[in-house]
Parts: sequence; C-alpha cells; structure tokens
Amino acid sequence: MAATGATPDLQVRSLSKRFATHLAVDALSFSVARGSFFSILGPSGCGKTTLLRMIAGFIQPDGGDIAIGGRDLAQVAPNRRPVNMVFQHLALFPMMSVAQNVAFGLARRGVGRAERLRRAEAMLERVGLAGAGGKRTDELSGGQRQRVAIARSLVLEPTLLLLDEPLGALDLKLREHMKVELKQLQSAFGTTFVYITHDQSEALVLSDHVGVMNHGRFEQLGTPQELYYSPATSFVADFVGANNRLAGKALSVAGSLVELDTSGGWVVRARGHGAIAAGAAVEAFIRPEAAMLGRTPAELPAGQTVHSGEVISVLFDGANSVVLLRESRSRLQLRIALPQTGAYSDLQVGAPICFSFDPERAICFPARAAHA
Amino acid sequence: MPETAVTALWYRRLVLALLLAPALLWLFALIILPHLDLALLSFRERVAPRQYVVSLAQYRTFFGEPLYWHVFVRTALLSALATALTLLVAFPIAWIIAKLARGRMSALLFVVCLIPFWVSETVRTLGWMILLRESGVLPALLVHLGITRQPVELLYHDATILVGLVYTSLLFMVVPLVGSLESLDNALIEAAYDLGGKGWSILREIVIPHAAPGITAGCIVVFMLTLGNYLTPTLLGGKNSQWFTEQIYTQFITRFNWEQGAAFGFLLLALSTAMVWLGLKISGQRFSDVMRRA
Repeated sequence: MAATGATPDLQVRSLSKRFATHLAVDALSFSVARGSFFSILGPSGCGKTTLLRMIAGFIQPDGGDIAIGGRDLAQVAPNRRPVNMVFQHLALFPMMSVAQNVAFGLARRGVGRAERLRRAEAMLERVGLAGAGGKRTDELSGGQRQRVAIARSLVLEPTLLLLDEPLGALDLKLREHMKVELKQLQSAFGTTFVYITHDQSEALVLSDHVGVMNHGRFEQLGTPQELYYSPATSFVADFVGANNRLAGKALSVAGSLVELDTSGGWVVRARGHGAIAAGAAVEAFIRPEAAMLGRTPAELPAGQTVHSGEVISVLFDGANSVVLLRESRSRLQLRIALPQTGAYSDLQVGAPICFSFDPERAICFPARAAHA
Repeated sequence: MPETAVTALWYRRLVLALLLAPALLWLFALIILPHLDLALLSFRERVAPRQYVVSLAQYRTFFGEPLYWHVFVRTALLSALATALTLLVAFPIAWIIAKLARGRMSALLFVVCLIPFWVSETVRTLGWMILLRESGVLPALLVHLGITRQPVELLYHDATILVGLVYTSLLFMVVPLVGSLESLDNALIEAAYDLGGKGWSILREIVIPHAAPGITAGCIVVFMLTLGNYLTPTLLGGKNSQWFTEQIYTQFITRFNWEQGAAFGFLLLALSTAMVWLGLKISGQRFSDVMRRA
C-alpha cells in the first residue's frame, strides 16, 4: 500500500519477532497513511497481537524498525511514544472516576489540575458522554466504557491509536452498534487508527485498508473491496467473507480460465490466479452470492454451465439467507445466497435445484502445501 | 403438613447450633469469660488483706506513673514503625511472587517465606541472638572485614527489636499483599504505562489504591501481633526493650498484682482497637472488606 503525499503515520520495515521456536512476526513491512483506519486481520496466533504490542512498545522487536510520524522509535519507551492503546478489556482504572480516567494521561504530562479536568470534560463531551465524568467506571454500559477508553487515549492527541480487539468482549448487538460508533469517532477525530481483529466483518466494515495476517506475514494488503473481490491467496479467499472452497485438480488452462475437476468428477471453471499447470492440485472459491439459483436450467443465464444439486437446508437470515445444497456428482456441500425477492421461500429440503455462476467471478489458486 | 415443617425447621436449627457450638464455646470460654473476669479485676482495689473495693485506682496508677505510659507510648510507636517497615520489606516480595514469578517459582518463593515458621518463635529468636550477640557471628564478621576494631554488641538496641519484629511478621504481611496484587489486572499497569505513567506514579495511582484492602489487612494483623508480642522484644531488647507486654507480665507474675495487670491488659486492648480504627479511617477502608483479604 502506498501512502499518498504526506509522511505516513506509521512505517514498519522488516519487523521480526521470534518466541523460542516460533516466528511470531516475520520480516513484516507496511505503512499506514495519515488519518486512515488500518486493520490487521488474522486468526488467533497469527502474530497480530505481537505486532501491535511491538508498535506500542511493550515488546522489543528482534529486528527491523518502526517509525511513527517519520520518527524512529526503536529506543523509545511505551510511555514516551506518540501512540496510545485501547486494550482488549479496555483496562479502565476502576479506582478512579470517569473524568479521572480521561485526565490520567494529562496528569502524567504535568497538565495542571483545573486544566486537565476541563480538557477531560471537553473530551467526554466529544464522545457523547457529557456529564458522566463523576461516575464510576462500573456504572457505565459496555459501549460507554469503550468510549471512555478511546477518550482516555485521544485526549493525549496521539499520532496513532492502537486498538486491540476492543469489541471482542461485547455481545453481538452491541458489537454491531460499536462498529458504527468506532468508524464515526475515527472520522470525527481524524486520528490514524490501527485496529487488530480476528473478525473479518469488523475489518471489512471499519477499515480503509486491511492487512490479512497469517503465520507472521501479510497474505494481502489492500482495501476491503480488493480483499473481497480479488483475494491474492487462497488463505485470504477462505478467511475473508463467506466462500465455497472446492479442492481439485486442474484439467486444462485456457487463457485466464482454469478447468478443474473436483474429487467426485464434477468439472467447474474458474479464473486462475498464479502459476497453474494442467494436472496441478488447485483450490477454487465461489462466493455464495456469485452463484445464481434456478428451479430449471431455463431460469439460469444463457451461456453459463448449469450445475445441479439437491437442497439440504434453507438458512433463513433475512438479507443474508442462504441455501445449503449438495452438488449431484461430487456430493460436495455448497452455500448459495437466496435472492431477496422471496422467490425461493417455499424451497423444500430434498428438492432438486440448478445453479450456475460466471467463471470470472470464481477464483482458482494453486493448492496450499498444507491446508490448515 | 405444618407440623412436619415446624419439626424440620427445629431440626435444621439444632444442626446449625451443634455445628456452631465448638466455635461459640471457644469464643465464650476462652475469650469472653476471661475478659469479663479481667474487667472486673481491673476495676477493684485491695484495701486490706482479702478486702476489695470498686475503684479506678489501677488506671490512675497507669497515668500517674510516667514509666508506665512512657512504655505504653513507646510500644505503640515502635509497633507502628515495625508495621511500616514490614510493609516496605514485604511489598517487593509480594510483588515478585504475585507478578513476576510464574508457577513453581512463585510457589517456591512462598515456601521460602513460610520456612522460618516451621521453627518455634523462641528458637528463631535465639538464632538472632547467636548472630548478633557480642561474641556472635555478625560482630566477628565485622571485625574480620575491618569495619569495626572490636566486636560490637548488636543485641539490646531498638533497631534489633525492630529487625526481629519485622522478621517475625513478614509472612502475615506477604500473604494478604500477594492476594490483593494477584487480583490486579496487568492490563491496568500497561494501560497506565501507555498513557505516560512511570513506575512511581503507577504505584501511587494504580497499584496502591487497588491493593489498599490487602495493605490495610496486613498492617492490622502485623500491628496487633507486634503490639502483643512478648518474646521477641524481651529476648532481643533485654532490659532495654521496655515493651508493654513485659509490664503486664511483671504485674501478673512478678508483682502478683493481678488488678494492675488486668488494667494494663485492657489498656493494650484499647490501644490496639484505637489504632485499627484509626488505620481504617486513614486508609478509607471498610473493616469487612479488609478482613475478607486477611
């Protein structure tokens, strides 16, 4: 990802960290543009927390360097970095009032008592907690607590705000709400946010750019749209968004299209990515919404290969409703989005069904050495 | 059926009473009863052989005789000092056990704190005497290293008494401190550091407020133990120790003046109650919270 114009707020160059036998962060380089929302997305144990803690200064890297606002931070202790962190469980100080929490960092900088309380109150007002300064932290709701944690950091006007899965501990409804709120806070303050999460939907909704991390490296760095529509690796295709994964063998390669045979003799075509030779082991991915359903082949777009199967179950979830079906030849299970017209609301389990997809919207990668 | 319900209720009460009986018996027979008797003793005066009248003479003697209240105040101050020193020594130990050491190492450190208690207090104190007396190990070492020309007497100083008291009390401070420090979320310390805190400000703003109930509990226990200690001040301080428990002992055993001894006992009880109350007031803690930590 290239930073446009100004110095990027965060520049990381070949950063590495090894714990005993395993390489947590492997020669990672990236930069984050000023004022953007950057997410690091990866499964647990991929090294994202280690990366974040190195940026915050809690862990010393083995190699590489970190520059914030153009200044190298190798020898700067965490309490002197222009970086603040929102902790996973927020880590609000229970022994202090809300206003004292927000004023804590200002007090450490030697800001006078009256001035820091004024600034804390002003900051609380900006995050929509005017007048809550005198409350105890355990009197607040989960969402309010998160806003206090953010206010406590932003009152110090850091160049960079690091967020360590702050939504992880919230229940689903609140999490959806806080996602929207985080995004609004970030655009209101204009501070650069670096956010780590294992939840791909959080990363897609919130971020300007996402780095998908696996085994200490970035599999892909790009906008949420790029990750979703043109994944660079099969890991990204698998991890970001719902996907149908079909493992098989390449039969032939014609231009950009690969024809592959899934284990049961079911042949599909998909856009090839990377060096694929006929006969190689491959894996293809088809998004649930990329395929069309039809009760008869005639209902499907002309010119697309028609596949058939039978309905296993219908998972109704409003706009996200899908049908689970079993393809006739391979007996593979697939998830296909139901159109929102309600046309398939009477679909019965066991009913035969046809489907087709544009091969350009399916993507095929060389098979990974060992599929985790 | 109401009758069975009533019977069941009585049965449950009976079981409860039986279960509590040993504790209540202990409380009554060994604590309340002797104290009632001591209270009665302290408020009477012998006017002739076998003739007693109710009077405040014992308490009047205490306030009239400078030696008594001098020793009383001295005991209170030295106990407070010993408690403060114990806290200073125990805090880093508790911090290491609770926050830095892991698993077996932390258990091992705990055992190291506990080991001295496998030996009786008398033997432990005699150990200190072997180390500190004029012909003992430490004075000999000082001469050998050329720090002092002649062996010095390290026993029978106030400092010696304090060392002995701190040593005896350490565990009772470490245990509640470890408990309260273990419950402190490390993320709070990191967050404070991240927001620009330094060691001292984090200790003052985060760690001590969190550990306050544990600190208060430890201080109360140590203060009470120190105030009521007899053996350590007597053995390590010798004639100079002037510990109030010694005065009580003297009245009861040497002077056979039980009335005076009882009055002294009650004054010591009042002192310890007052200091605990004061400690709770100053630290803003509630007694029930603190006792749960102890």
